[in-house]
Amino acid sequence: MIEVVSAARCVTCDICIRVCPTDVFERGADGVPVIARQGDCQTCFMCEAHCPADALYVAPFADPVPPGSPHADEDVLGAALGEYRRLVGWGGGRTPGSRLDKNHLFTRRLRS
Amino acid sequence: MSEREADVLVLGGGPAGTWAALAAADAGARVVLADKGYCGTSGPTASGGNNLWYVPPDPEARATAVAARFEAGGRLGDRAWMARVVDETYRRVGDLAAWGYPFPSEDGAEVRGSLQGPEYMRRMRRRVHRAGVTILDHHPALRLLVDDRGVAAGASGLARQRDAEPWTVRAAGVVLATGGCAFLSGAFGTNVDTGDGHLMAAELGAELSGMEFSAAYALSPAHGAHTKGLMMQFATYTLGDGTLVDVPDPLGARERIAELLAAGERVFARLDRAPAELREAMRQAQPNYFLPLDKAGIDPFRDRYPVRMVLEGTVRGTGGLRIVGDDCATTVPGLFAAGDVATRELVSGAVSGGGAYNGAWAIASGTFAGRGAARFAAGRGRPHAVPSGGAGPAGGTLDPAAVVAAVQAEVLPLDRNYFRTRDGLRRSLARLDALWRRLSAEGLAGTGRGRLRAREAAALTAHARWAYRAALAREESRGLHRLEDLPLRADLEHRIRVGGLDEPWTVREPPEDPRLAPPPVSRDDAPGALT
Ligand SMILES: Cc1cc2nc3c(=O)[nH]c(=O)nc-3n(C[C@H](O)[C@H](O)[C@H](O)COP(=O)(O)OP(=O)(O)OC[C@H]3O[C@@H](n4cnc5c(N)ncnc54)[C@H](O)[C@@H]3O)c2cc1C
Ligand code: SF4
Ligand code: SF4
Repeated sequence: MIEVVSAARCVTCDICIRVCPTDVFERGADGVPVIARQGDCQTCFMCEAHCPADALYVAPFADPVPPGSPHADEDVLGAALGEYRRLVGWGGGRTPGSRLDKNHLFTRRLRS
Repeated sequence: MSEREADVLVLGGGPAGTWAALAAADAGARVVLADKGYCGTSGPTASGGNNLWYVPPDPEARATAVAARFEAGGRLGDRAWMARVVDETYRRVGDLAAWGYPFPSEDGAEVRGSLQGPEYMRRMRRRVHRAGVTILDHHPALRLLVDDRGVAAGASGLARQRDAEPWTVRAAGVVLATGGCAFLSGAFGTNVDTGDGHLMAAELGAELSGMEFSAAYALSPAHGAHTKGLMMQFATYTLGDGTLVDVPDPLGARERIAELLAAGERVFARLDRAPAELREAMRQAQPNYFLPLDKAGIDPFRDRYPVRMVLEGTVRGTGGLRIVGDDCATTVPGLFAAGDVATRELVSGAVSGGGAYNGAWAIASGTFAGRGAARFAAGRGRPHAVPSGGAGPAGGTLDPAAVVAAVQAEVLPLDRNYFRTRDGLRRSLARLDALWRRLSAEGLAGTGRGRLRAREAAALTAHARWAYRAALAREESRGLHRLEDLPLRADLEHRIRVGGLDEPWTVREPPEDPRLAPPPVSRDDAPGALT
């Protein structure tokens, strides 16, 4: 589930608010999105892929993490923020991940 | 209150909806596309990606592919439809390539059989936008509009990021592309798929088919909901104490693992059969299988990680609205269905279309439906339209969350849905029918955006009832439908239609080819007596 919105990194572009399929975020008074409906998060990572500032961290768990978890601690997470965007290959100077798509190797193995 | 007019209204902006919008716009229609979430990220294709049923135009290869698929689908598919879908998919993927989708290459040639979800759907959105389509994000439809002859004529809903302001779009042709129903199980990307479209259509009398093939479950690491299956070809499964689980082959392991999980065992996976030289390619193929493991600190090649099975219902199951024309017309005039909201029996028969066929079906059926709706709209004046359907829109007292939980209690457990029994189905249906009666009598609570939750709760309830009614009508095990230890029956090689809300019914459908028809049935076995 979504756990972290980094106020330090966020450029208040509203993109995550728009792209989240289940409408989890609300715009906060300072423009930084707040996680308003975490229970609706489906851990799809789409916000992490679309955030241009690597300001989001979606934890891999289907339930919220307990208080004090490193998965909700921006300082511990550091470079883990925006990881999915790197894998998808979006952002300046990156190659689209789809160019490296190797699914055919694995579907072929199944057919043979 | 916002009001709009269009030639064609498309509900849903996943692959099926976006291909439908493009096809309708290409045919000259003015198109509005409304999505519950965001067109471009919403639905399991955007988050999960698609391997496709992608067969180049070599007649022999295609004939072989179709024949194999027909048999694999328990002979309930339709070979003419399969051939059309293969052909249309090939062409449309060619469009994607021409528009610049960054496919990988192998030996200097592009490989086009797989689409990475975020990239694919971001590009589809851009394309739809460029085609002049009006995209309405976070605009869930709650009900359809009809004219005085019962012809579909648009939809209305609420704009959930605009204080739940009501909206109406009047249109001369409507394409439903609202996805399947995964019962809010949490399988990543599927929580937008709550069967809203099926309910809206059924309120206009639409029929469904193949709903017994709805028990699709997928394996996920137990901590999450990442139900990607392809990499499990390299898995070894063990029990809590380390005992090896003996499975026929790692991909066919699902049934054995379901048995163990249903019996309360903990089951662990490890991808230790993956050759070292393939491991980097595995990550490149399915980054979203590995990301949730990496983030959880699990090295899947080294560590055993617990798995669970997550229901994907009619998303990777098969049932949906019955299709009665080459243009993906439903049984409601003016209403066309594409993608997972439609039955995929035509290409999948009794088995899951996940992993190739659903993605191809979404592309092809979307294109057929978009064209069909545009043609229908061109021949029709602007209709005078009124809203139809009542379950949910009018406020009441039942708590939607409690209704969702009650439905989930019937459909999520493996021992109720994966391993079905006649007694179990009957008991579940009795409870679900009682729930529906309460829901009709007392109404669902919710104001503003809460009305969407009310509607979703009603849609899940209706979906579960169709699924289990159809399941009771199929007294055998075939494909995704496992009923006790009943064997496959040759005389049940036909589809089963289901429909109705207050009084659900089932009826058998003649198979594709009359020469394959089952022997005549006795009177009490006849259509209509199956309910
Ligand atoms: C994990 C996973 C992996 C998969 N992998 C493959 C694969 O490799 N190959 C393959 O062929 N298939 C695969 N599938 C299946 C495939 O993803 C679906 O068949 C496909 O997404 C269906 O497309 P669709 O457009 O019909 O529906 P969806 O992609 O579900 O889109 C439906 C859209 O409708 C919108 N919507 C819902 N309700 C409303 C409403 N009331 N009003 C307005 N809009 C609404 C939703 O927000 C969503 O955008 C996979 C499925 C899963 C879950
Ligand atoms: S997408 Fe990223 S930068 Fe933009 S508002 Fe959201 S968190 Fe902030
Ligand atoms: S992970 Fe998906 S559902 Fe969760 S907040 Fe991000 S975009 Fe929304």
